[in-house]
Amino acid sequence: MNLTLLAEKLNLSVVCGGDGLDREVSGGYMGDLLSDVMANSREGDVWITCQSHQNIVAVSVLKEHVGIILVLGKKPDDDTIEKASREGIPLLVTELSGFETVGRIYNLLHP
Amino acid sequence: MSQGYKFSFPVKGDNFDDAGKASVEIKRFLKGLGITGDVLRRTAIAIYESEVNIISYARQGNINICVTDASILINIRDNGPGITDIEQAMKQGYSTADDHIREMGFGAGMGLFNIKNCSDDFEILSEVNRGTLLKISINR
Repeated sequence: MNLTLLAEKLNLSVVCGGDGLDREVSGGYMGDLLSDVMANSREGDVWITCQSHQNIVAVSVLKEHVGIILVLGKKPDDDTIEKASREGIPLLVTELSGFETVGRIYNLLHP
Repeated sequence: MSQGYKFSFPVKGDNFDDAGKASVEIKRFLKGLGITGDVLRRTAIAIYESEVNIISYARQGNINICVTDASILINIRDNGPGITDIEQAMKQGYSTADDHIREMGFGAGMGLFNIKNCSDDFEILSEVNRGTLLKISINR
């Protein structure tokens, strides 16, 4: 499943990085501690977090995530949007909680 | 350091806006040198955590890398406050980071632990009030 379809199913809003939405989502990781995400997320994951500051972009680039989903209606900072656009990392937002977001994505990826 | 492809990146302390910038550039360089897979993954994690440590605790530091056929050697020097108790600092969850650092999702006390986990050889040399040197070796 690619990010476009995932965004559609969960009604996610795309903030930036729309060019990367056709990437295949191989899995996901949820976390707000950057070291945890660095250590345990994988290439091809979609990263679910409530961190909205610009440092999330470098983590995502380094880990080669397909995109970042900000939960609980968090708005990414302007710097975050700028960096994500430059690096081609799709940023998506949802009003859903982390628990609900992860649960729904899990069910979609493992029907 | 032995013969090999060498390069160096300076990192400025307390500059969280650019956290990860050096790591991203270094990873691209290493990819260009044909390093891939688990070796690249472990190297990127070790360098990122080291970079964040410099930014969190030192005024400035340097990431020196030497790539040989056998391994990737990374030396990270900073002029920070040094580590009083290295054994304690290595424990997962132990951190001296302040609230400002923690609010951003750093300072979880996982950095040095992650570096060690990603290294085949890892050594910390530190002198209080002088600085810290991390010596990381990752086999190719």
